[in-house]
Amino acid sequence: MQQPLDPVDLAKLTLKDAVLDVVEFRGETTIIVDPQRIVEVCQFFRDTEGLEYIFLSDITAVDYFPKEPRFALCYHLYSMLYTRRLRLKAYISGDDPRLPSVTSVWASADWEEREAYDMMGIIFEGHPSLRRVLMPEDWDGHPQRKDYPLGYEQVQFSFNYDDIERLKPRATE
Amino acid sequence: MSERPLLNSTGHSTGVTEWEGTVQELQGLVSPRALTGETMLLNMGPQHPSTHGVLRLLLELDGETVVSCIPDVGYLHTGIEKSMESKTYEQAITMTDRMDYLNPMGNNLVYCLAIEKIAELDVPERAQIVRVLLAELTRINSHLVWLGTHCLDMGAMSVFLYAMREREMILDIFEMVSGQRMMSTYFRPGGLWRDVPAEFIPAVKAFMDYFPAKIEEYETLLVNNPLWIDRTQGIGVITPEDALAYGCTGPTLRGSGVNWDIRKAMPYMGYETYQFDVPLGEHGDVYDRFYIRMKELYQSVRIINQALARLEKAPAAFRSNNRKYVPPPRSELGRSMEAVIHHFKLWTEGFSLPEGEVYVSIESPRGELSCFLSSDGGNRPHRVHFRTPSYVHTMGAIPKMAKDGMLADLVGIIGSVDIVLGDCDR
Repeated sequence: MQQPLDPVDLAKLTLKDAVLDVVEFRGETTIIVDPQRIVEVCQFFRDTEGLEYIFLSDITAVDYFPKEPRFALCYHLYSMLYTRRLRLKAYISGDDPRLPSVTSVWASADWEEREAYDMMGIIFEGHPSLRRVLMPEDWDGHPQRKDYPLGYEQVQFSFNYDDIERLKPRATE
Repeated sequence: MSERPLLNSTGHSTGVTEWEGTVQELQGLVSPRALTGETMLLNMGPQHPSTHGVLRLLLELDGETVVSCIPDVGYLHTGIEKSMESKTYEQAITMTDRMDYLNPMGNNLVYCLAIEKIAELDVPERAQIVRVLLAELTRINSHLVWLGTHCLDMGAMSVFLYAMREREMILDIFEMVSGQRMMSTYFRPGGLWRDVPAEFIPAVKAFMDYFPAKIEEYETLLVNNPLWIDRTQGIGVITPEDALAYGCTGPTLRGSGVNWDIRKAMPYMGYETYQFDVPLGEHGDVYDRFYIRMKELYQSVRIINQALARLEKAPAAFRSNNRKYVPPPRSELGRSMEAVIHHFKLWTEGFSLPEGEVYVSIESPRGELSCFLSSDGGNRPHRVHFRTPSYVHTMGAIPKMAKDGMLADLVGIIGSVDIVLGDCDR
């Protein structure tokens, strides 16, 4: 078995300007990468000897509204051979949130990307079937976005009885 | 499919395109043979009893052979991740219970571990032991429900009744410690809600004396039963390579012979100090997944017995002393002004976490359960995301195993993967 290599040093050496930044927090390494080169980056981490992050645990989309770049995608990779984790993070703009799909690298990215599309409205280019997964197909909007209101029903008390009565949906002729 | 963009309630374009017509909807999902009527499309669920909740599968059948299987989930979607963003960290714990309702303690645990990791909060020894003990009892509880329902699906009705009988005793123990049978919310950041009551240790001991004989009883009913073997061996096979590529974890992955258990690979709560084995399968079929879950029951009993021995000698502190995150004991409130301030702050605005994001995983009864927690420095989670094993297994493993199998075996495959739809849809 080859000795484990340091993912940060190797990525900086090989991928050069695709690596934008490296963050260490509570013992977890996050490599911030160029979203347009995400497929190449993921293939590198999966196939390079000494890294071999063969298992994709999860893809999480995070909304930093109203900051820009608005969205971030976190790819949580796992190397079974060396029992260690790595997070790749790609920031994308809020105006046109799209980036290439990594379904060609890990088959399990399929439904994780569908969930990110459903909840955050991020378009994954090259995904075989980017459909809604948790919300109904005809749903408007993407509920996990920060500017999507958390809906609830207002309670009817005596002081606001008439206001709410007026707003209640009624059958019409 | 028209390219008509829809607007969401805030006026932002969502980039969503509308589906029109059923034939176009099916293109790319099923083979062209289905569109000409050569193969049959059959809807299974969402109200089918053997889908263990509300799972809908769209099956394309050639005779009785499954050509493709398309899962449709989301019927139990309750927006837990969204709702948690509007609650304080402490309030949001109650929502985690309701995801995987067969593994409430495990869900509490993964969420508390994430908070503790960001806050660098210590957990006293006693709390760690009780957490391991209850997490393993939850695993037994979950495996018993799985065993009962899996057997019920396959036509072995009596096992269900036996398994529910033993599960009831575990629920009584949960009620004893937390006041709730299922939605316990017992683990809190920094330790436990209360210390375990005096009758807890005798009750668990009595259950541990009683339970191993019962596992043997289930095994005599099933392990060498020719009917059971006929219906499970060689069915729903998944190779180790496929299992890894499709993101399988837990018993579904170990049934294919891949030795990966997060309790061993990346221990949490002191699992590295307990003696236990990880049972492995060989063939990756329904029988192997069944068999290793039976063996896991014995391993859980082993861990609980070790935890019980440690709990008797453990120091009394069951919660961290860090008053910025953990409420002071009631007895201090009458004597210390500082305690009153902390109490007031914690129960009104809650605690704030430092800015940052973490990802923690535990081994739930179904596989890798992970929590991604992002904090913006405020008193509410900025983003919580749960990587739930049921979601990954439903979307990936079940269609893969069902493909080219018989329709009648599909029920066994769904049962053997052990999905909980509340966990899947969140």
